[in-house]
Amino acid sequence: MIPLGWYLIFSALLFCVGLFGVLSRRNAIAILMGVELMLNAVNVNLLAFWRYLWAPKVDGQVFVAIVLVAAAAEVVVGLGLIISAYRRRNTVVADEMDMLKG
Amino acid sequence: MTGLQIAFLAIAAVTLASAVLVVSSRKIMHAALWLVLALGGIAALFATLEASFFAAVQVMVYIGAIAILIIFSVMLTRRVMEDTGPQNTRYWPAALVVSLGVFGGILFLFLQWPGFSVESRPGLEQGDLLVRFGQALVSPDEFVVPFEVASILLVAAMIGAMIIARDPSRK
Repeated sequence: MIPLGWYLIFSALLFCVGLFGVLSRRNAIAILMGVELMLNAVNVNLLAFWRYLWAPKVDGQVFVAIVLVAAAAEVVVGLGLIISAYRRRNTVVADEMDMLKG
Repeated sequence: MTGLQIAFLAIAAVTLASAVLVVSSRKIMHAALWLVLALGGIAALFATLEASFFAAVQVMVYIGAIAILIIFSVMLTRRVMEDTGPQNTRYWPAALVVSLGVFGGILFLFLQWPGFSVESRPGLEQGDLLVRFGQALVSPDEFVVPFEVASILLVAAMIGAMIIARDPSRK
């Protein structure tokens, strides 16, 4: 059997890769991709804990379902905002999106 | 090493490698395609966790919807960031330090936790599990409120995204 720790280390690594993407990228869409990686790492973690420590009960899976829904809503609104900013300012670079109105 | 462990290591290696390419590819389109592979690897990991429902949902929601949405946005906003110019901020070494620091901190906490090397899994019956999961989502004394709130969140996000992304020049 696979030890629980393998999943935890994997998801920690994936989370940190996503964090690096969020912090280092200039393109706003690439930043959103980093956020997606981080959310997926959280889901791996939640499902691993559910499977090893909580399995016959379904509470852990409900958490994962809610995280999935929140992630879908987040990416839809995020991409809508990026496309709207692109239409108005003609840029997708996060540094250049610095006006409240315009 | 059992076959399952070898499969886990192979999937994890592919997923992490494509995740690294997602955050380091110069071309944003390539990053989006690597993201598809990373999400597929995560779906396979869900399958090794015997969460078959979430493996299927991962493929449909993430690969089928979110990745496609990201690829569409990349195509809609393409010409701005031609694949010349730097793709990373000037501060990317600091970002690397922060990420490695976070990983070190997480690892430090994990290694102090006694449950870290648990190997045994409680028994699980797939068909029964799905039935109870579905019932838990709609049963009033379990999770019907979070479930409905999540539905409202999705609808609100969908309507909001349509209004935000509308062409401003058209009334």
